[in-house]
Amino acid sequence: MTDSRRIRIDVPALTRVEGEGSLKLAIDKGRIEQLQLSIFEPPRYFEKFLEGREYKEVPDIVARICGICPVAYQMTAVQALEQAFGFTPSPWVERMRRLFYCGEWLQSHALHIHLLALPDYLGFDSAIAMAAKHPEAVQRGLALQALGNAIIRLFGGRSVHPVGACVGGFHHAPTPADVADLHQRLLNALEDARALTRWCALLPLPEDDDDFVCVALTHDTEYPFYAGRLTGSDGLSIDAAQWDNHFREDHAPHSTALWSLYQGKPYLVGPLARLNLNLDRLPDAVRDNLEQTGIDLPSRNMFHSMVARAVEIEVALHEAIALTATYEYPERPNDPVTPRAGVGFGATEAPRGLLWHRYETDAEGLIKSARIVPPTSQNQARIEQDLHRSLQNFGLAHSDDELRLHCEKVIRNYDPCISCSTHFLTLDLERRD
Amino acid sequence: MIKIDTKPRIAVHKFSSCDGCQLAFLNLGGELLELTRRVEIRHFLEAGLDDPDAEVDIAFVEGSLSTQDEIERIHRVRDASRYLITIGACATAGGLQALRNLDNQHDQWRDAIYAKPEFIKTLNHARPIANEVRVDFELWGCPINSRQLLAAVNALLFGVPPIDERDKVCLECKRQQRVCVMITEDKPCLGPVTRTGCGALCPGFGRDCYGCYGPSDNPNTASLSRRFAGIGLLPEAIARRFLMINSGAPAFHDAGLIARSGAHGGDSDD
Repeated sequence: MTDSRRIRIDVPALTRVEGEGSLKLAIDKGRIEQLQLSIFEPPRYFEKFLEGREYKEVPDIVARICGICPVAYQMTAVQALEQAFGFTPSPWVERMRRLFYCGEWLQSHALHIHLLALPDYLGFDSAIAMAAKHPEAVQRGLALQALGNAIIRLFGGRSVHPVGACVGGFHHAPTPADVADLHQRLLNALEDARALTRWCALLPLPEDDDDFVCVALTHDTEYPFYAGRLTGSDGLSIDAAQWDNHFREDHAPHSTALWSLYQGKPYLVGPLARLNLNLDRLPDAVRDNLEQTGIDLPSRNMFHSMVARAVEIEVALHEAIALTATYEYPERPNDPVTPRAGVGFGATEAPRGLLWHRYETDAEGLIKSARIVPPTSQNQARIEQDLHRSLQNFGLAHSDDELRLHCEKVIRNYDPCISCSTHFLTLDLERRD
Repeated sequence: MIKIDTKPRIAVHKFSSCDGCQLAFLNLGGELLELTRRVEIRHFLEAGLDDPDAEVDIAFVEGSLSTQDEIERIHRVRDASRYLITIGACATAGGLQALRNLDNQHDQWRDAIYAKPEFIKTLNHARPIANEVRVDFELWGCPINSRQLLAAVNALLFGVPPIDERDKVCLECKRQQRVCVMITEDKPCLGPVTRTGCGALCPGFGRDCYGCYGPSDNPNTASLSRRFAGIGLLPEAIARRFLMINSGAPAFHDAGLIARSGAHGGDSDD
C-alpha cells in the first residue's frame, strides 16, 4: 500500500518508561520529516547540590538521582571518591559491593522485562492486565524482582535509596545466618532464571539488524559490574580518567538531558552492549543456556536487549550464589578514610549501562566539583538514530497504532531512565501528502 | 471521612522526582496483584495505565512542582480527585531539589550545567504540592515504603482517616533496644527530631539518621543543634545536617539557616 495519508497522532504520555519524555514524528509522502525524542523531565541540578557537601554525604545524595538504580549511583560515587583519596577498599568490601550490585541488576532487569517491556509482546497495556492471562510468567518475574530487592535490603536496609553504603565500605555487615538464608533463596531461583531466558528468546522479537558501536566495561576475569576498563566494539580501551578525550556532552533544544557522543557519534551502552563485549566472561551454565536459544551473539539486533537482560539476571544470580557461598563475617565492614585534595573517577555498569562520575575534593573532603554522565543520556542520540532506521525497516505504511507501538518498543529496548538523564514520552505524529 | 462504597479508583501521578516512591507500588510483588483486586488503578504511567484526567477517589502524587506546566497539571489532578495524598519528601516538602530554593541560585546553576540554558524552562523554586492545592494526607519519607502505602490505602478502604505517624525515630530506635549512636559514638544523629516510619534503619546499622522522613512532632532542633556543636560539629556541618533531603520542611529549614548564620558570624540562638 502506498501511503499518501496526512495523519497526526498525539499521545501525551509514553507509558512504561521511567520518567517523562515525548516523541515527535512527522511523515510526509511516506518519508520521515521529523523524528525527535524529547526529554522534558524538569532538571534537578544534582551536580550543583553536591558542591560544598562533605564526601560522606555524597552516597545519600546521588542515590536520589534514581529510584530504580540508586545502588549504581552509590557504587560509582564511592569508587570515584576513594580514588580521589588514594584509598583502596578491602577485598571483603570489593566482593560485597559486587553482591550489592547483583541485587540491583536482578530487581531492575526483572522489573523492566515484566512490568515495562513484556506487555508489548503479549498484547497488553500493562502487566496488571497481563497478569490475568499469564499469571505464572508475571509471578515468576515478580519473584525475581523481589529476590533482587532482598539482596539490596541485606546491605542497605531498604531497596530504594538504601542506607548501608559508605566511602570506605559498608556501615554494617550482614550476619552469616542471613547470608545463608539468602544463598538458599538464590539457589532456588536458578531454574526460574534459566527458564526466563529461553522464554524471552521465544517471544516474537522483530528481525531488525543495525550497525552501532557498543561501549561497556570489560574485565580480565569477571563479567563487569563494578570494575574493569572502559572498552568499545571498535577497539577502544581506556581508563575512566581518559573519558573526556573520547566522549563529549552536548545539549539539544528539545531536551533537558545532556547528550553524550563518542568520537562525535551515537553509541550504545546497556545490557546488549555489555553482553556483546563480554561473551567470554559468561559463567559456563549461562552460556550453555544461551546457546540453546539459538540466538547468535554478538547481536546487531536491539530487540535482543530483552534476552540480554534475562541473561544478565542469570549472571547476577550465579555471581550472587558464588559470593554468598564463601561469605565470611568481616572484622570490620569499612576502613577509615582520610580525605585529601584530589580528583577521582568512577565507572561502573548500572543496569541500563555505563555510569561515569568525576569528583574534585578539597583537603577537608568537601566536594569542589562533580560531574555525572548517566547511561540514558549516553543512549539518547542512539535511540533517535535507531528509531529512524527501525521505522523505515518496519515500513511507514502501517497504521498509526502499529507505528506508535513499534516506536515504543524501540524506545523500551533501551530501558530509558529519564529521571536519571534529568525524565517521559508523548508521541506526536504528523503525516502529510 | 466518607466511606468509599464501590471499588475505589486510584491514580498515581508523577512530578519532579526520582520515581522511587512509585516503586512502593511496583515493589509490592504478589501484593500488587492483590491490591488491583481491591482498587481500580486508572492512571499510573510507569505501570502502563494512561488516563491523566480520570476521575478518581484517591490520587497519589509523587514529586515536587518545578515548572509552570506542573503547576497547571496539579490543579487538574486536584479537580479530578476526591482525596489527594502526597507520597514522599519531594511532594510533601520539596525534596532534595528544594536545595535550590535556599540561595536563589537557580539561574546560575542552570547556566553552569546546560550548554544552552535558554532551552531550559524551570521555575526558580521546587515546591511541595500543598503550596499549590489542598492535600488531604501526607506520607513522608525518601522514599516512602510499601507498608506506609498499604496502611493508608487500607485505612481509606475501611472508611477511616490514615494514622499520621509523627513520633520520633529516636522512640522507634529505643523500642528496638538499639545502642544509641550519638551517646556511644558521638555521631550527629537526627533521630531525636525526625519522623518515624523507616524502622530506624540507620541507627540499626550503626550510623546516624540523616532525616529522610522529615521533621517529627515537636522537634527540638535548637537543643539538638547545641548537642551537635558539643560533639564537635562546626556550624556549616550542623547546617548541612538539616539542609539535605527535607530542606523545605519549615523545622529543618529554619534550624539549618540558624546554624548557617552562626557560621557567618550572624546572630545565633545559642
